[in-house]
Amino acid sequence: MTTATAHHDDHGHHGPAKGIMRWVLTTNHKDIGTMYLWFAFTMLFIGGAMALIIRTELFQPGMQLIEPEFFNQMTTMHGLIMVFGAIMPAFVGLANWMVPLMVGAPDMALPRMNNWSFWILPFAFGMLLFTLFTEAGAPNFGWTFYAPLSTTYAPSSVTFFIFGVHMMGISSIMGAINIIATILNLRAPGMTLMKMPLFVWTWLITAYLLIAVMPVLAGVVTMMLMDIHFGTSFFDAAGGGDPVLFQHVFWFFGHPEVYIMILPAFGIVSQIIPTFARKPLFGYASMVYATSSIAFLSFIVWAHHMFTVGLPLQTELFFMYATMLIAIPTGVKVFNWVSTMFRGSMTFETPMLFALAFVVLFTIGGFSGLMLAIAPADFQYHDTYFVVAHFHYVLVPGALFGIIAGVYYWLPKWTGHYYDEKLGKFHFWMSFIGVNVTFFPMHFIGLAGMPRRIPDYALQFADFNAIASVGAFIFGFSQLIFLYLLIKTIRGGEKATDEVWEGAEGLEWTIPSPAPYHTFAEAPEVK
Amino acid sequence: MFSRTWQRLSSVVLSLVSAPAAMADWELNMPQGVTEVSQSIYDLHMLIFWICVWIGVVVFGVMFYSIFTHRKSKGAKASQFHESVGLELLWTAVPTAILIAMAVPATTTLVEMYDTTDTDIDIKITGHQWKWQYDYLGEDVGFFSNLTTSQDEIYDRTAKGENYLLEVDKHVVVPTGKKIRFLITSNDVIHAWWVPEIAVKKDAIPGYINESWAIVPEGQEGLYRGQCAELCGVDHGFMPIVLEAVTPAEYEVWLVDQRAAAEAEAAAALGDFSHEELMTKGAEVYARSCAACHGVEGAGMGNVFPALVGSPIATGDMAAHIDIVINGKSGTAMQAFAAQLSEVDLAAVITYERNAWGNDTGDTVTPKMIIDAKQ
Amino acid sequence: MTDSPKTSFKAGKTALKLVLAAVAMFGFGFALVPLYDVFCEFTGINGKITGPVERVEQWVDTTRTIKVQFITTNNAGMPWEFEALQEEIEVHPGAWTQVEFWALNPTQKDMVGQAVPSVSPSEATEYVQKTECFCFSQQTLAAGEGRKMPLIFALDSKLPPHIRTVTMSYTIFDAGAFAEK
Repeated sequence: MTTATAHHDDHGHHGPAKGIMRWVLTTNHKDIGTMYLWFAFTMLFIGGAMALIIRTELFQPGMQLIEPEFFNQMTTMHGLIMVFGAIMPAFVGLANWMVPLMVGAPDMALPRMNNWSFWILPFAFGMLLFTLFTEAGAPNFGWTFYAPLSTTYAPSSVTFFIFGVHMMGISSIMGAINIIATILNLRAPGMTLMKMPLFVWTWLITAYLLIAVMPVLAGVVTMMLMDIHFGTSFFDAAGGGDPVLFQHVFWFFGHPEVYIMILPAFGIVSQIIPTFARKPLFGYASMVYATSSIAFLSFIVWAHHMFTVGLPLQTELFFMYATMLIAIPTGVKVFNWVSTMFRGSMTFETPMLFALAFVVLFTIGGFSGLMLAIAPADFQYHDTYFVVAHFHYVLVPGALFGIIAGVYYWLPKWTGHYYDEKLGKFHFWMSFIGVNVTFFPMHFIGLAGMPRRIPDYALQFADFNAIASVGAFIFGFSQLIFLYLLIKTIRGGEKATDEVWEGAEGLEWTIPSPAPYHTFAEAPEVK
Repeated sequence: MFSRTWQRLSSVVLSLVSAPAAMADWELNMPQGVTEVSQSIYDLHMLIFWICVWIGVVVFGVMFYSIFTHRKSKGAKASQFHESVGLELLWTAVPTAILIAMAVPATTTLVEMYDTTDTDIDIKITGHQWKWQYDYLGEDVGFFSNLTTSQDEIYDRTAKGENYLLEVDKHVVVPTGKKIRFLITSNDVIHAWWVPEIAVKKDAIPGYINESWAIVPEGQEGLYRGQCAELCGVDHGFMPIVLEAVTPAEYEVWLVDQRAAAEAEAAAALGDFSHEELMTKGAEVYARSCAACHGVEGAGMGNVFPALVGSPIATGDMAAHIDIVINGKSGTAMQAFAAQLSEVDLAAVITYERNAWGNDTGDTVTPKMIIDAKQ
Repeated sequence: MTDSPKTSFKAGKTALKLVLAAVAMFGFGFALVPLYDVFCEFTGINGKITGPVERVEQWVDTTRTIKVQFITTNNAGMPWEFEALQEEIEVHPGAWTQVEFWALNPTQKDMVGQAVPSVSPSEATEYVQKTECFCFSQQTLAAGEGRKMPLIFALDSKLPPHIRTVTMSYTIFDAGAFAEK
């Protein structure tokens, strides 16, 4: 079998094929990981450009740049692209690169399915972005696409939106299947589950979440498709349906989805902090149990997105209590990270800076989340910028900083070069400042009463909106530093050792830098 | 205590950032509002906030201490301890206890918010794209409430007024000292009715009725402004609410005035109006009820809302034009304005549309024609 | 590329199980629709009232009267006149009462309407019994036609004491797209 495969991939060479067909046909987890990461980075800039359009319009009261109709398309597309096009594929890319290396496997369990999983995405997003240039315009009903705004009252692009979501969903499901199959079946002998790196654990759990809820998303958009084109009335009261049913089904997907977007970041940070503190992760078992608890709990809290919908009292109380409970395992993780640092011997290279910022800023996002969980108070927070502040804190200095930290951490392994540390630190500080200047004021304008998804606002919200817009430009343009740094590091730089970082533990640091095209053809020994 | 520190901090920030509009406030916190419920919510919000601050101080304190002390550059040597069941149990149990403590006042407040029994007044609120409709049950008073901020202000052609985007033509008037029940629904998509100062927010869902309540205490007469709080289409940001709390005596007078005004409007429809009178009124009605979608100069908005300048309907068959304004167009955002505008207003605005911006049909649509068309 | 045929077989088995799981979850998403209705019926929430009931003479609680309000809403694009002929009545729990609504189609086309009921407070929903309601079926009105539509209902004698007002809301929709053949 090995001989046959060698003929098939390499035509006798040890390296990859040449030219563009290499990328189209590759089944190599490193190549596919790289494609996912570049795709995600591109989508980050596209979604980011939309954010800058939004923030430019919101810089001052009044409509200066765009019409309200286009503004609604921007907010919708920004959300869809960042969630499904940037954050999720970036994590999948990191999983593709690192999971086989971390478990000592030669590749993912299903390499050809892996190729399809990736290539679906450019098509899905091509279709979605194309709607921006049609006469009807792009989807304009928010990334949460509530019915009947997204069914009876939707522009014709909604059908492309539905197909795009189906494609992204299939990609995610296939990716998740691959990850689980790899982790459960391809671990090197001696690597028991409780010896796996935390990044592998968090991805294992995330993959199960994906399999559980992406099909439900597929279900809800199929129901939409049927309501719009086939005369059903899942969400239309006229035919016996219910708009609130939409929200229940959507958020049954939607809440686990946000944990899908953060759990891998927890894993990354749990690898980075021990390395740069030169100290083992505190409470490994506890971290595994906490992550699992968060995953289980994520299934029973969905209606905290619906506190103002008119839920019965007992239902509202149940969801409030369940949501508050999630704070406990999340807090446990934060305490464990801090305990890892404590009495360590820390250095502050760029990955560590992003990881430390993650711990602080994600926790702040968690605090606003706890405030939102309190149902009576949520009546004043719901659908305001307080919510926007909360989820941007957990997603940007949360998930995105986790991804960036991982990229800096593993970049020398991927490219064989250390990146320019000074430039990395500069990127960090600009991002850190940018992210806080953008999103911290949003807590205030939300509390002061500014609703979400409005293109223009009353005068008392003006000053903080102006500050947020300035911050957005700082943050956005700082990512160009990252782009420059990535290209520079790929092309050259100080040669990286196998171990790369003093204090790094794990199978990925036992292979050369850059990582050879094929690794662990022979399973390594794990003690 | 809280606000003084923040005020100092924000004046520092102020000096670093040149603030554009002098009228903008540096509002940092949720309003305490004017009702008991809004105060309870505010207190709950501050309680949770302070608990979070203290947890943050402790956790980040340890973390920053560690960052400064336990660094390799200071010669720190890494310990190797990496687990402690006792510690894990402790920092699971303590947060659990804190959460239970939070859940108690949260539950009490929520139970109170759900108690809509024994109300004095019931107001049915219907969300439309993009305005609110109010009906006072049992009082024979009902009206629509439209944003009055002009398109000129929105598009920076004139200076913005003090209540920019938060002003309407008809306030929802309520008496102080009485328990008011809000019955909230929608005509089309999901909206949400929200007035922060009385801490009432409820989704308006087509086909279903939601309820909420408030008591504005005596002595708290005044204007309270709110906004739609659920994305509902293009003008989601342009359908505000103005709640006007008055004394019970003033409220009774207002009810009588509303009924009288409605009667007068119905009677006026039987009178005679000159073409000029209709054009003047028509321009007013158009600015308030039509311009947001069809454009100040009748140019429409892209592909979303059709232009009226030179449109076949506005320059063609008058009966068809009247029909579409009165009955709306099913499957589009064009609503049935028969319920929203008086016969005089309908006649005026249709006359205006048929003659403005160069349409020049020379037609005059009278209120009597509207009454006939409605038969 | 996998180590051995055995591992690749195991990986394939895992993958197959997960595919089945994904398909099952897709089915579960659709199952949520009837489950939602079952849950609503079981708990009486969401103001969803089930179909007609058998008229059962029950004990009438003459010790208290409940204020029952009737409100109507027209959904967008539904130009019918639609109103409750009695806006508010007082009833005893357990007593059967009839009220009437008026609907008129002012357009030049025949139309089919569907009225959707909703009760406030939502916890009162399970105590509302109806033997006849125009909301049970679609109503067809020819162009210009108008008629009175009855509603016969009773509040269960076991209506909890803290509920003293019940608001019954009907929203009328253009059901042309869903017209029953």
